Amino acid sequence: MDLKLPNPIRPAFTKSEREDTTIVNIGPSHPATHGTIQIVAELDGERILRADVHCGYLHRGFEKECEAHTWHNLIPYVDRLNYCSALINNFAYCDAVETLMGIEITPRTKYLRTLLAEYSRIADHLTCVAAALMELGAMTAFLYLVMLRDYIYEHLADLTGARLTYSYGRIGGLARDLPDGWLKRLEEILVQYDDFVGRVHGLVDRNRIFIDRMRNVACLSTADAVNWGYTGPILRSTGVPRDLRKDTPYLAYAELDFEVPTGIKGDNYDRYYVRMREMDESVHMIRQLVDLLQEKGQGPINVEDRRCVLPPKQLVYGEIESLINHFKLVMEGPQVPAGEVYVAHESANGELGFYLVSTGGGTPYKVHCRAPSFVHMGGAHRMLEGYQLADIVPTFGSINMIGGECDR
Amino acid sequence: MSAIFERIREALASRAGEVSVAHGVLVLQVAPGAVLEVAGALKEDFRFDLFLDVTAVDWLPREPRFEVVWHFYSTMHKLRVRVKARVAEAEPVVGSLTGLYGSAHFMERECHEMYGIVFSGNADLRPILLYEGFKGHPLRKDYPKEREQPLVPYREGYEMPGGE
Repeated sequence: MDLKLPNPIRPAFTKSEREDTTIVNIGPSHPATHGTIQIVAELDGERILRADVHCGYLHRGFEKECEAHTWHNLIPYVDRLNYCSALINNFAYCDAVETLMGIEITPRTKYLRTLLAEYSRIADHLTCVAAALMELGAMTAFLYLVMLRDYIYEHLADLTGARLTYSYGRIGGLARDLPDGWLKRLEEILVQYDDFVGRVHGLVDRNRIFIDRMRNVACLSTADAVNWGYTGPILRSTGVPRDLRKDTPYLAYAELDFEVPTGIKGDNYDRYYVRMREMDESVHMIRQLVDLLQEKGQGPINVEDRRCVLPPKQLVYGEIESLINHFKLVMEGPQVPAGEVYVAHESANGELGFYLVSTGGGTPYKVHCRAPSFVHMGGAHRMLEGYQLADIVPTFGSINMIGGECDR
Repeated sequence: MSAIFERIREALASRAGEVSVAHGVLVLQVAPGAVLEVAGALKEDFRFDLFLDVTAVDWLPREPRFEVVWHFYSTMHKLRVRVKARVAEAEPVVGSLTGLYGSAHFMERECHEMYGIVFSGNADLRPILLYEGFKGHPLRKDYPKEREQPLVPYREGYEMPGGE
């Protein structure tokens, strides 16, 4: 078959500025970058003079699809934005809808969501650090970290029934309460975490090869980071403690004791270290939350609000009002009052915002996701230009681009 | 309303139309021509240094059809501001914020391809999530969800959903 396929992208530059430079194309399906991203770069020898970053290869019309489903039906879709920490996406979305509806979640749900958000943050950072280390050849560290991550995934599967895309959040609560023994296993995993993350620190922190590849590579100043919209660990690695969990506390973060780790000069090493330290803080928070759950977090997980929470099953079968209530919620969706809201949570990658517009009714009028990865890709050329071609791999690893939320 | 919101309201009263606070966010409704000026004042005078997001809402069949929505965050005050401007379908033009914030580059490209909003002053409005040659603006309400525009042709006899 004679197929002449059009080029899906138009690079910002196709001619080199000088005679002794070359233009190369990297990606979108490159074995050393995890995630489909395409970089067109002009090279002087092995140094990158300018870079044009293209994303969108994983675009699947998330926002368009959202406009055709009920508010509840979107929860599996938001899972697939950042599939390394799907629960944070779940809770941010549910929080946005609850804000529109004026619902205050129960204390147990508040503590559980905070605990699971921090647990997901650990899984996300483990994935990011493990992949970045593996790309530099640190196979042992990779296996240690991915083993921990898999303990967490299996553990979350006990709770939610799925390894990766949990769909566990509900508007006004959660899908189900903790199974027996879940918190006991949690503590076991946290002990394992301390052990293996300690080993990884020992393996790479002062490793000459690692430092040579990471220190002073892809430096970013705070002013530059803010200008290009960086949030989360990348902004903190430049030395400023900007964290929504501290700055605009949501869920139970105001009650917790934790530090915001920062870097020194915003290079790859700082981004690695900030993520490692953030995981330690998350473990510290999880232990506090387990205590808080026991002290103040007893009681129901779902609010008593028939606008969004399904009635108990035995009532659906036993009385007509509950049957109609159930039918209406499933077929028409929760009735969300007209209005618009922007709610942001500190996801593992930075500010994850949901901008929702409702005209009153069971389906959203508009759902927009402010995805940190997309914004970070917009400034990625700042970290690539001026450094070596081979530095793309560790730099890209330290940005932690997640295709699901970048391309939506 | 917090003190900084009061100050913004006083300073921008002449340029902003309706000013309100919704769910903890200050909302400024401005004319399309005043967006650059308001954003500049927010950045320079009130330290809203982080440009979060720009998107649009399609209010078909209302006139003017589109509402362009910007979100700003101040790392100093730890507050958010939403700026909204209504533009008509015939002339969906607003000023570009790329001179003020680097992050506006990517986000304006996305808003342009999804809604067809033109950001005057942004020379680089190439497709970003979609691809070269994509026809129409998929997040507009009159773009059918089922319509497909594959780059690789389908087998003969396959009927494309959504027409065209």
